Amino acid sequence: MNGAQSRARNPHSTMKYICLGYIDPKKFSSASETEMNAMMDSCFAYDDQLRANGHFKGGEGLQPPNTAMTLRYTNGRVVVTDGPFAETTEQLGGIMILEARDLNHAVELISKHPGAKFGPWEIRPAADLGEMVRQSEARRRQAGKPKG
Amino acid sequence: MSEPPTVDIRAHLDAVFRGEAGRILASLIRLLGDFDVAEDAMHDAFNAALQRWPAEGLPANPRAWLISTARFKAIDAIRRRTRFEASQDDIADTLHGGEPAAAAGDDELPDDRLKLIFVCCHPALAPDARAALTLREVCGLTTEEIARAFLTSAPTIAQRIVRAKAKIRDERIPYQVPSRAELPERIGAVLAVVYLLFNEGYSASSGPSLTRAELSAEAIRLGRVLLELLPDPEVIGLVALMLLHESRRAARISAGGELVLLEQQDRSAWNHALIREGVALAERALATRRFGPYTLQAAIAAVHAEAPAPEATDWRQICALYAALLAMQPSPVIELNRAAAIAMHEGPAAGLALIDALVARGELRDYHLAHAARADLFRRLGRRDEARAAYAQAHALAKAEPERRYLEKRVRELS
Repeated sequence: MNGAQSRARNPHSTMKYICLGYIDPKKFSSASETEMNAMMDSCFAYDDQLRANGHFKGGEGLQPPNTAMTLRYTNGRVVVTDGPFAETTEQLGGIMILEARDLNHAVELISKHPGAKFGPWEIRPAADLGEMVRQSEARRRQAGKPKG
Repeated sequence: MSEPPTVDIRAHLDAVFRGEAGRILASLIRLLGDFDVAEDAMHDAFNAALQRWPAEGLPANPRAWLISTARFKAIDAIRRRTRFEASQDDIADTLHGGEPAAAAGDDELPDDRLKLIFVCCHPALAPDARAALTLREVCGLTTEEIARAFLTSAPTIAQRIVRAKAKIRDERIPYQVPSRAELPERIGAVLAVVYLLFNEGYSASSGPSLTRAELSAEAIRLGRVLLELLPDPEVIGLVALMLLHESRRAARISAGGELVLLEQQDRSAWNHALIREGVALAERALATRRFGPYTLQAAIAAVHAEAPAPEATDWRQICALYAALLAMQPSPVIELNRAAAIAMHEGPAAGLALIDALVARGELRDYHLAHAARADLFRRLGRRDEARAAYAQAHALAKAEPERRYLEKRVRELS
C-alpha cells in the first residue's frame, strides 16, 4: 500500500547545520586533570561517531578569545583591534558543520554531544546563498560589459 | 551486465523508503523502545543498503532486511555509547525495558503503525505537539516542512517535538493500541488530529497554497491508513467527510483568489471520483448504525455533493441530519447551520426566527457568520436596510481577508 509515506523525505536528502559550541570557563577551572581528560575523551569519541555516520562535515576548535583580532569598518577604513568584540561569560569554543535530516535530527545529534555539559550549543541551518550568488554574478557580468 | 546498476538500486531503495519507511519505523520503535534510536537505526540501515545491495543484490524481503539490519545497528550504537558515557545507560534501560523485543522477533506486526499513531496523538501530549509529531513520525515530513505548512518557525516546531518525545519517554507512555475500554476516547483524539491537519490545509486562506494543499492530502493519506488498520465507523465517516470536502477544492476559490460559496460553485469543477468514493464511505458508516458526528457531517456533505444544482438540494434530509448531529453534539454553531438549512427548506422567515433566538442567547453575538446568515435572510425577505446593517456587523467581526471582501461586496450591492 502506498499509505502515508508518499510525501516522505528522501532517505538521502540532508541539510547542513552550523553548530556553535560555547564553553563556560568556570566549569573548566574547577575540573581536575583526570576530569578534563575524561571530558575530552568523551567529546572526541562522540565526534568520531558523528564522522563514522557521515554527520560530521567539518569543524574546528577555537583558541581562547584573547588570541582573537576584530576588524571593523569605521569612517571609511578598516580598524583592527585585538581581542574579541565582546566579553561574555560563555565563549565560543568550536564550530561544527553537521549534516542532518532535519532540525529535530540535528538537535538530537547535538544533545548527545558530551560538550553540551560544559556550555550551550547554538544550532543554525546553513543559508543557501546559491540564488543570491547567481544574481550577483549576473550583475557583475553586466557591469563588466563595455558600454554602447 | 550481471549486476544491476547502482542507479537502479538507489531508485528501488527510494521506492522502498517512500512506501515502507512508516512501517519500518513503527516496527523499530516497538523493537527498540525509543523514537530517536529507532529513527537513527532506520537511516543507518538505508545507508547500509545503499552500500551493500549493489554488490549483494536485492534481498528477498527488503523490509525484513532493513528492520533486522537497523536493529543490529542500534544495539551496536548503544554498546559503543555506553563504553564512554555512563549516563547513556538509561537509553539501554529503555531499550530493554520496552516490550519484549526478543520474543517479538524482527518482523513487523500489522498494528505497529497504528501504535505509532496512537502514541503520537496521545492525550497526555499538548494538542499542537500531537499534530507536529504525527506529521514527522508517521508521515515522514521534516521539521522544516511542518513549520512551512503551519506558517511558523522551524525552532518552534522542533521544540514541540523535542518536548513531546521527552514526555513520551519520561511518562513511559506505552507503545500500544489502547484497550477496548479506552478505544473510543483515544480514537477521538487521533481523528481530531487528522481533521485538524485536513482543515489547516483546507480552510486557511493565507500562506503558500501549495504547501497547505499538501497538508490536506497528508491528512487524507493518514485517514486511509487508519481506515485499513481500524475500520471503526467514525474513521470511515471522517475519511468520507475529508474526501467530500476535498472534492470541491478546485471550485471553492475563484481564479482571483476569492472564496466561492457552495451555492455559487461550478459543480462541474467538483471531483466526481472523490465524491463517489466519499458517498460510498458515508453510506458504509451510516449502515453500521454506530456512527458519530464525523459520519453525520459526511452525510450532510454527501447530500450537497449529490445535488446536480443548488435548487435540487434535498433540504429536508439535510435538516434531519443536522437535528441528529445537534442531538449528538450540542453546539451553537451546529444550531446556526441547522437554522440556515431550515431557511432553505421552510423559507427565510422560519430560519430568521431561529437565528434571532440563537443570537439573543448571547453565545453567537460576536460570531461573524451568525450576522452574515441573518443578513442573507433579511436580503431574501427584501428587508434591505436590516440586511445592510447585519452585513456591516458581520464585516466588523470578520477577520479573514476573503470573507471581508465578500461581505463588503454584499454591502455595496445593497446600497
